[in-house]
This record gives sequence, C-alpha cells and structure tokens, in this order.
Amino acid sequence: MTAAATRTRTAPADGATPPAQPPEGTPPTAARTRHRAWDEVPRWQIYLPLGVYLVFTLVPFYWIFLFAVRPAGSTSLLPWPMTTEHFEKVWTERSFGVFFQNSLLIGVAVLISTTVVALAGGYALARFDFRIKKGFMLALLCSQFVPGALLLVPLFQIFAELKMINSIGSVILAETVFQLPLSMILISGFIRNVPPSLEEAAWVDGCNRFRAFLIVVLPLLRPGLVAVGSFAFVHAWNHFLFALMFLSSQSKQTIPVGLNTLMGADSVDLGALAAGGVIAAVPVVIVFAFIQKWLVTGFSAGAVKG
Amino acid sequence: MATAVTKPPRATTARGRRRTGATPRRLPYLLIAPAGLLMLGFIAYPVLSVFYYSLQHYNPTKPWRNGFAGLDNFTKIFTDDPHFWGTLTFSLKWVVVEVSLQLLFGLALALIVNQTFAGRALGRALVFSPWAVSGVLTSAIWVLLYNSQTGITRYLADLGIGEYGTSLLSDTGTVFWAAIVADLWRGVPFFAILILADLQSIPGDLYEAAEVDGAGRLRQFFHITLPHIRDAIVLSTLLRAVWEFNNVDLLYTLTGGGPAGVTTTLPLYVAETSVDAHNFGYASALTTVAFVILLFCSIVYLRLSKFGGDSK
Repeated sequence: MTAAATRTRTAPADGATPPAQPPEGTPPTAARTRHRAWDEVPRWQIYLPLGVYLVFTLVPFYWIFLFAVRPAGSTSLLPWPMTTEHFEKVWTERSFGVFFQNSLLIGVAVLISTTVVALAGGYALARFDFRIKKGFMLALLCSQFVPGALLLVPLFQIFAELKMINSIGSVILAETVFQLPLSMILISGFIRNVPPSLEEAAWVDGCNRFRAFLIVVLPLLRPGLVAVGSFAFVHAWNHFLFALMFLSSQSKQTIPVGLNTLMGADSVDLGALAAGGVIAAVPVVIVFAFIQKWLVTGFSAGAVKG
Repeated sequence: MATAVTKPPRATTARGRRRTGATPRRLPYLLIAPAGLLMLGFIAYPVLSVFYYSLQHYNPTKPWRNGFAGLDNFTKIFTDDPHFWGTLTFSLKWVVVEVSLQLLFGLALALIVNQTFAGRALGRALVFSPWAVSGVLTSAIWVLLYNSQTGITRYLADLGIGEYGTSLLSDTGTVFWAAIVADLWRGVPFFAILILADLQSIPGDLYEAAEVDGAGRLRQFFHITLPHIRDAIVLSTLLRAVWEFNNVDLLYTLTGGGPAGVTTTLPLYVAETSVDAHNFGYASALTTVAFVILLFCSIVYLRLSKFGGDSK
C-alpha cells in the first residue's frame, strides 16, 4: 500500500487517521500538507531533469558574463583574468551611462503611474457595481489582444500631435497604457480577496472611504502591489519598440535600444555587447530576486483567472 | 443621470453590502476615469485610426496617390502580396511550435519544483530567472552563443560535435530552431510560474485521499492535478499564443526577419511596411487582418474563461 510507504513529517502515515483531517499543529490550509503525497518521488527524478534544465538556463547567463569580463581576444572559458575594459567602454563611449538613467527614469515612472491608476480602477471594479462595469471589464480583457507593435504608426501620429516625439514622456505614457489592463485586472482580484467587512469596520469607526482604504486595504495589498509594480517596471525596462520609434536623439535612448545598436553594428564588438547585456540585466535581476517568492503567490491569488 | 445629485445615494450593490451614505454614485466612474481615458486615447483611438487608414492609400512619401482606396488594400493582401501568406504561415508555425514547447517544458518544470526537496528555493529562483530578461537582451545573449567564431559551436567542435564555423543564425535550415531555442529559454519560466501558482492551490487532502484509495502517482496526476490546473493551462496558453504572435522584439533583433526573410512574422512584415516603406495605408490593412485573426482568438479566450460567470 502506497500510503504506508509515505514517510510524512507532519502526520502519522497510518491509514487509520482520516486523511482529510489536518493533524494537530498544522494549519488546515494546503500549505503544509500539499506535497506529502509526492514525497515518494525518487530524488534522482527531481535532480536529474532539474540539473539538465539548469544547465540550459545558466549557460547563456554564464556566457554573457564570461564575454563581458574577459579581455578582448581571449578564448578562455574561465572568467580569469578579469577586466572592466568592456564595461568602461560601453558605459562612456557607447553612452550606456545615459541610457541607464533614461531606462531607470522610465521604469520608475511607469511603475508609479501604472500602480496608482490601476489601484483606482481596480478598486472601483472590485467594490462597486456600476452600469458600464461589464463593458469596461470586457474592454480590459480585449485590450490584451491589441498589440502595441501594430499600433506604432497611429501612436506616433498622436505623439506628434501632442508634440511629444523625442520626449521620454511619450514612452512613459505608452508603456503605462499598455500595462494598465493587466495591472487593473490583477489588482481588482487582489482587492476582492480583502473582506469588505474590514473596510466597513473602519467606516463605522469614522474613517471616510479613502482613509479606510489607505489604512485597512492598502497594507493587505502589499504582495500583490509588489508583483504588479515590478511587472510594470520590468516591462518598461525591457521594452524596446516604443523607445526605438518615439525617441530619436541618442541622449534620450534606452538600454534595449542601445543593445540593439551594438548588435546591429557592422562588426559586432562582442565584449561591449556582453558588457551592455550585463548592465541591462542587473536591475531586473535585482528586482526578480526580490519579488521571486511573491510572484508565484501573487498569481495564485486567483488573479490571472480574472 | 448626471443631474441626480440630490437623490439619496442608493446601495451600490445588489447584495446591499454597502450601506454607507458616504458613497456618491459618481465615485466608481471617477475611479476608472483615468484608466478609461488613457485607454480610449492611446488604445481605442489608434485602433480605430488603423481601421480608417486600411481603407485609404496613405503614404507620406507618395502624397499624390493618397486618397480613398476602398477595399483595394485588402484585395491586394489576399491576391497580390508575395509576402503575406508566407509571413502569416511563419507566424502560425512560430506560435504553435513555441507555445506548445513552452507549455510542455513549463508544465514539467512546475511539477518538478513543486516537489519538496533540498535547495528548492534556490532551484526555483534560478529556473525562473530568464523570465525577467527582455527580448533584446535574450537576442544579445544568443547572438554571443551562436557566433560562428567564438560561440558555443566552436567549443562543441573542439569536442568533436559539429563543424567549425557553423553559423546557426545565417543558415536558412537552422535559423528557425535556433530562434525557437532562444525564445524557449525566456518563455518556459512564464508557464512554469503560472502553472506552479495553480499547483499550489490544489488542496493537499485530495492527494492524501487518492493515496488512501491506492491511486499511483500517474493516476493522481491525470485525475487530480491535470483537471485542477486545466483552466490555468488553457488561459495561459491562449494569452501566450497572442503574445508570441504579436511580439517582435526577439526576432527583430535576433534575425531581423532573415536570412532571406524566412523568419519574418506578420507583425514584423507590418512594421517593415509601415516604418521602412512608409506605406501606412497598406500596413493598416495588414494590421486589420491581424486584428481579425486575434479577435478570433479573443473570442475563444473569453468563451473558455467563462467571462461574466463565476469561474471559480
């Protein structure tokens, strides 16, 4: 019998215990008990495929790091001796220092504007019934199928009308708009998970709606907001086409456009390209390391299901 | 009605959950107004203008031809465009191969890192990490890996695998799979993250009950795991398919649609037509056709997500 073979840490494996009943001291949620049935999986069946996949994941990272730090002309597979020549060159000669600032500005601005606007809209969707709600939700879902890449020309014309071509504001605006639908769907899902009774209690205590939201709801939304905010930041940091199209002067460009320029050069300077890539990766890797745990829980809040 | 301010605010939900008098009826509209206006101005209006231009001859470099075109652009697309069918076919092939492989590997990966094992947190972080990497950076990384002189093929050739000087990206026979692998590297974590999130919502007692009943791991997978995550799989697959169809970053920077145009997707072709050739009218018609294809996907998506109903 398979149950007898299962050595579980939290409960006696004895079949006499009703399995649906969580053992004492364990929260009744699935959090602790969910993996028990799978404990019998042989270790090699985990580590072997995981190891193979890790090689596939990590070799490319190692490769770009290697090219970024080893001297030009070297063919060594070890990153030693190390040099910073490529970084210095890319940062100053190829203007990655400027690009970095621009990308950071765009990323942070998009993060803030997306989160604030999506919070307001998400709250309305989660807490009110109003006449155009269904239509609005439908528009949000449909807009996920509208490709920004195919709207480049009309968007360009709009920004030209607004005299915003070659201004970083155009990119911030465009990235925010295309982040909004998903962010709002996610945030309204998070808010729906906060029991309305908590807010109502605060109203009884004399808070108005806005204060009650700030004091009661907002702190509970933190994991969700971190997920949505970093989503917006990473997207804006990574996205390429809007900056390529709307910003013409070199001093306004972003990191992805800079990378593309390096790749498109007649004779690609591989060291510079790799160093530029590492610079492009650093902020998103930091953000990722920070949110990685919340990413999965943020999604499991049922948000993706709308 | 906008003039109804003197009316007492009525309970805003059918369930009567909100009885506070502090809620004006305009509040939800005020709250969605910023998002709504932004989306109207920068999504809805551009979409409509694309429809409008699709019926026009419009090319700023050839102003003497500009004017109403009727369905000329569309007729040309379907009967007289040497690139349309090729790029559409490539787009579909790209989406189908890419999404099914991403789903397959993503599901396997999610199942693995959902186990309890030593080093799980680190394993998850490493396996998921390419998720945060941009299309352009992915291209940069794989350009380095695929480089014929200093790339991975050179070191493989040292070991006796393959030949020296193999350039995977400039050979029409290998470029497809080279690009697929590069995009897989970044795309698999997306599925793995979403599926893992859903796997964690499966109550553990289901497995315990199944185990008591003597169900093996394979049966547990097909009778508990798979039905439970079915919705998530369907939705993320569709979302990803649309995303892969629209996404131009990676192919634009990795292959530029080449060599000899064999990796040009429909959106890449649209971008070339509008940005490089300035043929806005024709590009708009191409975009409209792409929209119709995507609209079809949207309808399937909304049906499957049981929009408006209680999905869970």
